[in-house]
Amino acid sequence: MTTAASTATGAAAGATSTGEVQKLRRTASAGGADHSAGRSPASTILVTGILVLVAIYFLVPVYWVIVAATKTTDDLFATNGFWFADTFALFSNLQQVLTYDNGIFVRWFANSLLYAGVGAVLATYFAAAGGYALSAYRFRGSNLVFGTILGGVLVPGTATALPLFLLFSQLGLANTYWAVLIPSLVSPYGLFLCRIYADASVSPSLLEAARLDGASELRIFHSVGLRVLTPALVTVFLFQLVGIWNNYFLPLVMLSDQRLYPITLGLVNWRSQTDRLPEFYQLTTAGVLLSVIPLAIAMIVLQRFWRGGLTEGSVK
Amino acid sequence: MSDPTTVRRRKRSVSSPGAAPWLLLAPFLAVFAFTFVLPIIVAVGNSFTRVTRLGVFGEEGVITEFAWFANYAQALENGNFIASIGRMLLFGVVQVTVMITLSTVLALLLESASARWPGVFRAIYFLPYGIPGVVATILWSFLYVPGLSPIIDVAAWVGWDVDFLGAGSVLWSIANIVTWTYAGYNMLIIVAQLKAIPGEVYEAARVDGAGPLRMAFAIQLPLIRPALVLTVVFSIIGTLQLFAEPQVLATVAPSIDSEYTPNLSAYTTAFAYNDYNVAAAQAVLIALVAFALSFTFLRLTNRSSS
Repeated sequence: MTTAASTATGAAAGATSTGEVQKLRRTASAGGADHSAGRSPASTILVTGILVLVAIYFLVPVYWVIVAATKTTDDLFATNGFWFADTFALFSNLQQVLTYDNGIFVRWFANSLLYAGVGAVLATYFAAAGGYALSAYRFRGSNLVFGTILGGVLVPGTATALPLFLLFSQLGLANTYWAVLIPSLVSPYGLFLCRIYADASVSPSLLEAARLDGASELRIFHSVGLRVLTPALVTVFLFQLVGIWNNYFLPLVMLSDQRLYPITLGLVNWRSQTDRLPEFYQLTTAGVLLSVIPLAIAMIVLQRFWRGGLTEGSVK
Repeated sequence: MSDPTTVRRRKRSVSSPGAAPWLLLAPFLAVFAFTFVLPIIVAVGNSFTRVTRLGVFGEEGVITEFAWFANYAQALENGNFIASIGRMLLFGVVQVTVMITLSTVLALLLESASARWPGVFRAIYFLPYGIPGVVATILWSFLYVPGLSPIIDVAAWVGWDVDFLGAGSVLWSIANIVTWTYAGYNMLIIVAQLKAIPGEVYEAARVDGAGPLRMAFAIQLPLIRPALVLTVVFSIIGTLQLFAEPQVLATVAPSIDSEYTPNLSAYTTAFAYNDYNVAAAQAVLIALVAFALSFTFLRLTNRSSS
């Protein structure tokens, strides 16, 4: 198993196209790594021990919220936070979360799905088209366009949120779904990634062949370009999805109507009420648990797609 | 195949592709111009403008005039804003260093032959990245509050009196949340770069008799340099933008005031004091500091590598 891995890593270095490298790298990672000389039982125990300790650090808050979501408000304060109480209140807590205020939690969740889902799909498509165009064609102004967009990668998202709010409120778009959706449609970083990937994987001869078949330029992008770019598109999509899902500043600035809130804003709203109304502790802990589960599963399942992503440009 | 129209079209698309690239770029550029370029122009414009309201509530009209650097002067005269930038620099130096070191060590350990179940550990470390920063803050806020936090209970057991939310410690409690959220993500970037190191390099080092430590310092660290530079630059930008974590934690930590971070200060100026012009100047200043720091860091690393 380990020999196969190191052969694959070696072969990856010789492979010409990034796509191949990607594929081989994935094979290599599936087989495990074999790089170091030391592999004594002592070092295995030491290294694994450290890894376990760090894993506990990362898991403690998640474990705590799982336990806390099963408790009544009284037990939350009266019993040890690291262990379950005698009364198992998980289902009544969850029921409370889902029914409170006419099921506002479900609505927040649906809003988050809408913002992140629609935003990420369209942002990926736009970034792919733009990145492909900058890679496949040489035209006047292409360098200027690419440079400007690259600058956009470095602009802090919060720096644009305030003026964006002023702009949107003048246009009557503030406090609507559009206020969060429209800014989510653009991913300068995604375009950058698509361009780099297209440079390495879209061969001019392939486009030439499609042109000889009489396909139009737009058609070539949709039939050839998108297919070749797929691995990069998955990465861009995931980045944008997590980015929108986790966004807090933009919706906070834009939205005042609770029914438009994404889940992040909604949970903060509940948390801020715990001081006055203790029953919000139960709503918040169970709500956090419900919101974390789908993402935790998605992270673990989709983990392999994140590999490479960011460093695509520098490793090729 | 040889009919003249195809040939003409093919020629055109190679040397001058006509409208095709602009057509493909159009949707991206339209949204980019609307949500990046225009707001930046508006922000810069606002930051140089002064709005004076006539009458007590502005009922006698408003005067908008060019203010030169008055808003910038006002922003820079605000001691709390300057203090918040200083606080973030301190935060950045400590937190970014700790986090990138942790990410690098974890990546090296996971890629070493001594690690058992690397896939499982990698997934666990990466998991917090999927949890929104504010939700992570809500989670940790429960673990910071006395009476609720089992961590404080355990610490008291061994005779250690911890206060996560005190004036001196709350900055590091925020640093802990940020590290918890992003360490695994940065680790994954470094792991990707480690996997790209050709096997022959390791082979050669092994023949020369290099041990795991020497391998890490002489081969792996120099070769993953691009990934390290990238993660540091993104972390610097992220640090100056810090907002959600302190804003949410402020509900349980009285020591976090409304101008604790630069962004919090700009938010307060805009929405509590309704002074959009000074807020715009603050936003521009934050972006400039982020740019300056990123470029300085890139310059330094480029110089030392060449």
